[in-house]
Amino acid sequence: MDNTCISPDERNEKFLSKLKARNIDVHACYQCGRCSSGCPVGDFFDFNVMEVVRLAAYGQEEKLLHSHTIWLCAACETCATRCPNEIEIAGLMDVLRELALRRGIPPAEPRIPLFHQSFLGSIRSFGRAWEIGMIGNYKLRSGDLAGDMKLGLRMFMKGKLNLLPHSIKGKSEIREIFSGKGKEYDR
Amino acid sequence: MKLSYYPGCSLEGTALDYDRSVRAVCKRLGIELVDIPDWNCCGASSAHMTDHETGMRLPIRNLLLAAEAGHDILVPCAACYQRLKAADKALRADPGFWDVGRYATDLQIIHISSFLARPEMLAAIEAKVAKNLKGLPIACYYGCLSLRNPRITDAPSWEMPTTLEGIVATLGAKAVSWSHRTECCSGSLTMARPDIAEKLVGDIVRAAKRAGARAMVTDCPMCQANVESRQTTPAGAGDMPVFFATELIEAAMSGTYPAKQQRAHLVSPVIFAGIFNEATMKKEDSA
Repeated sequence: MDNTCISPDERNEKFLSKLKARNIDVHACYQCGRCSSGCPVGDFFDFNVMEVVRLAAYGQEEKLLHSHTIWLCAACETCATRCPNEIEIAGLMDVLRELALRRGIPPAEPRIPLFHQSFLGSIRSFGRAWEIGMIGNYKLRSGDLAGDMKLGLRMFMKGKLNLLPHSIKGKSEIREIFSGKGKEYDR
Repeated sequence: MKLSYYPGCSLEGTALDYDRSVRAVCKRLGIELVDIPDWNCCGASSAHMTDHETGMRLPIRNLLLAAEAGHDILVPCAACYQRLKAADKALRADPGFWDVGRYATDLQIIHISSFLARPEMLAAIEAKVAKNLKGLPIACYYGCLSLRNPRITDAPSWEMPTTLEGIVATLGAKAVSWSHRTECCSGSLTMARPDIAEKLVGDIVRAAKRAGARAMVTDCPMCQANVESRQTTPAGAGDMPVFFATELIEAAMSGTYPAKQQRAHLVSPVIFAGIFNEATMKKEDSA
């Protein structure tokens, strides 16, 4: 972490109220470090988990939204599970990722949100995940054409990748969800 | 006993054989599974990680479909289980917020291994074991999402779970004591950052080998695919096969381990050679 001074004048109150609405009490953190020490992906982070919680408590949304950490977090929930004050840290990571996407901030790990969007794209279309379509979409968008080709082929030969998607009947309900049902009342 | 069944997308694709074994084991135990009609994807990690509203509404649709049938819901996939539980908690707390008029709160969401590790289930399995697994040393691997976080999953023991160990012991195998039972394998990152997955999987497999395990067993379809596919030992030498718990139960109860099932693995399950002899395997395969 750099040594730039953090001023309370730059605190983003809207961000803090969003966390409060989701019952993510970042102010309960006393910096014990159990979250950081248990994090399986922490070696790859730019901010460790405890720093994320403290920066969030200071309302320093900007630094976090540009970080690698929010995208490398695997949502394994070890941090939230071991936090002695039951801070929903994995939920905090969810809020940060969603905010970064909504604000169009270029992700520090571009391939990861592209994977999520490719996965969700197949659900939006069919109601269920369709691996071949999802992988193809991800590869085209990420440019990672060569990666895992051998693995993909082996899975296909084992009959573990379906050539055709399974489409559910209630696709209109799924589209309604993806078109933002419930978000009408967001500020 | 009749249960609603939510297979989830993995069990229609990369973990097709998991689905087969769940259905086979339940049939042997006299448990009737009724698929939730027209179920949709729960959104897995990708939905809740990037869009809270979508991440809740996708599993909520499944819960409402299951509520119509009225049976408890059996879920083999750890990610689906966690998402359905999260949606269930949100609905119980405030159905109106999610545009649901009334939500029946007596429906239980049950993850497969906590179900099969109930004392009466273990007794029923034990009574029907045709082929004992002969003390095969196995590392029980839980991963994350059936356990964490316990405020969502209601797991009674999230750091030291014992359900898989109970199942393995019932089959006559030996559950080794090891360090990485509930460590994350980074399944949600495996496509975009295979380097991270290789490191985490490498740590997990080395720990299992240190403890003397010759195979791993799990109840999570992402863990199974990720741990088998991200091992990087040269030319596959000494790779660790990862079994589904229900796959082992079905093998022990039927007394056979068909070639079709062996081929479903990326890491060849040759360790079974001494337990299920070739004749048994072939016989089953041609049947």
